[in-house]
Amino acid sequence: MNESADNVSRCDALDKRRTFFARLTLFLSAIIGAIIVLPGFSFVLAPVFRRRAEIWRSVGKVDDFDKGATVLVRFEDPSPKRWAGTTAQSAAWLRRVNDAAFVAFSINCRHLGCPVRWLESARLFMCPCHGGVYYSDGTVAGGPPPEPLMRYDVRVREGQVEIYTAAVPLTTTPLDKDA
Amino acid sequence: MKQALLNIGNWIDSRIGFSDCIWPLLTHIVPCNARWWYVFGSAALTAFIVQVISGVCLAMAYVPAGDQAYESLRYITEEAPFGSVLRGMHAYGASAMITLVVIHLIQVYLHAAYKYPRELNWMTGVVLFFVVLGMAFTGQLLRWDANGVWSVFVATEMAARTPVIGPALADFLMGGKTVGGSTLTRFFVYHVFVLPAVIVAGVGLHLFLLFRHGVSEMPNVDEPVDPATYKMEYEARLQKTGVPFWPYAMWRDVVFSTFVVAVIVGCAVVFGPPALDAAPDPASINANPLPDWYFWWYFAVLSLLPPSYEFWFIMGVPVVGFLILFCAPLFSNKGHRAPSKRPWAVGIVVAGIASFVVLTVYGYREPWSPDFGVEELSVAVIGADDGPVFEGAKLVHEKGCLYCHAVDGFGGHRGPDLSDISRRLTENDLIIRINNGGYNMPAFASILDSQQLSLIVDFLQSRVDERDARDAGD
Repeated sequence: MNESADNVSRCDALDKRRTFFARLTLFLSAIIGAIIVLPGFSFVLAPVFRRRAEIWRSVGKVDDFDKGATVLVRFEDPSPKRWAGTTAQSAAWLRRVNDAAFVAFSINCRHLGCPVRWLESARLFMCPCHGGVYYSDGTVAGGPPPEPLMRYDVRVREGQVEIYTAAVPLTTTPLDKDA
Repeated sequence: MKQALLNIGNWIDSRIGFSDCIWPLLTHIVPCNARWWYVFGSAALTAFIVQVISGVCLAMAYVPAGDQAYESLRYITEEAPFGSVLRGMHAYGASAMITLVVIHLIQVYLHAAYKYPRELNWMTGVVLFFVVLGMAFTGQLLRWDANGVWSVFVATEMAARTPVIGPALADFLMGGKTVGGSTLTRFFVYHVFVLPAVIVAGVGLHLFLLFRHGVSEMPNVDEPVDPATYKMEYEARLQKTGVPFWPYAMWRDVVFSTFVVAVIVGCAVVFGPPALDAAPDPASINANPLPDWYFWWYFAVLSLLPPSYEFWFIMGVPVVGFLILFCAPLFSNKGHRAPSKRPWAVGIVVAGIASFVVLTVYGYREPWSPDFGVEELSVAVIGADDGPVFEGAKLVHEKGCLYCHAVDGFGGHRGPDLSDISRRLTENDLIIRINNGGYNMPAFASILDSQQLSLIVDFLQSRVDERDARDAGD
């Protein structure tokens, strides 16, 4: 008799604690999950919140560029990873307008980012992917691009032509003042 | 000795439970009438196994670093023993997997096997389909040749169009503001860890659901699905006509999978892996990015769409396409399964396949792409070796007209053929059109001086006479 009464009270106690155990298990599992995942989550998402590094990169001496000519210049990303190698390279179409003034166009088509080519004799930029065409000032001449070619800021300092590096021009990025 | 081996076997079996747990799954009763219709799902799984094994081997030599990936792939392709065959297996295995998954999906759709109670079988399958497309895209990109690098740009630009979170999404994909050191490792992780894990989990769930609800029968016009009675009727029919999966149905799966593996390995040995494009270089403008064949249709659509629809298409096709496919069984999970009673389903499949084929051909030919390699017109085509017509022909090449327009078969196809343009446009029309441009055509007023313009017009007008003369000569 005593024994069965004992059993009943033990079951009662267990019943009461069952909810507690269930909640504790779920809660601690969530904590474990959060502790494991949060650092990784932040690590993976970090590039989204990193501030845009933009610096001036020299692309050559002023005298290296002929007036009126549009040439491809290479420069390195503003914050290249040490192991990036060639993938740290960027390029721009640089034109010397007169003695002191230069313009630089992004090589990325504003449609979907493919590399546009400058055709000197036709004085047009053309994109191989989906057939976007731009005039020599970067405005759209035909095809699907929704916006003119992005321009980089260019300056001349101590005889060097410098380009202000920037992110890949995404079609959603607001156009800068020149374009 | 024999008894001892038997004892060991029994011990392992009693502890593992092969006879208790796995044997009943292998011999579960399946409808006997499906015959060769149901081999595509298992063949897709076989192709996935090919991908896992060849992929693991490739990963032992592949270096997922911006500067070295291309070199390590060249090593795999050109020097490593069996490297070329393994890369080939991985490439043809990818094509096989995509093809088989799509055939499997079409077959299930045509037979309406997604109806009650197999809605979730279909939905997990749709998720797997999109993950497989993700594998195809990330895999193409891991080649990290010029094409691979520019594929990232294109993917990023598309992602960037997403409202509100677009730019953040683009940064997330590239691992920064530009393609660089962090980009390739990210896609490597998607391709090698994240997406395969989703596939393994998804296939597990897909198969679990298969066992739970049983293999669907071939559609029968007289047996529309009624959720209230379906399970009972299905069980009853299975009792009467069903056969154990092993070996009565499975042998067909294995025969077809053997064929699939033979084709994959055969192609790898005979044709070798697809050639690598030029070395990766985000600063090279001489790339001509083209996706792998399974995305040519999409490539074509992006070129042919009027720009104002483009946003909706880029956003819509992946998202709406997924939602429609995913939710299809929620809207129609009962009624007829037979294709003869579902003309719309048949129509959708026929229209889908036809669009795919036509757009794929277009994507391959890419007529909208300027023909950068076009050579000067020959004297035979021009019909003169000096004078204004000859000078005009030189200008037609020099000023880029031929990149987009063809003359007697030479040149691009973006714009109208100029072989007999003067039949359609008068001299004045030509001048106006060239000066002002038109739909998709640049205005050349600031590019040509008046003398060059009149030479070009002379040449274009000479085309008809030239043709007539040649036709008369023939």
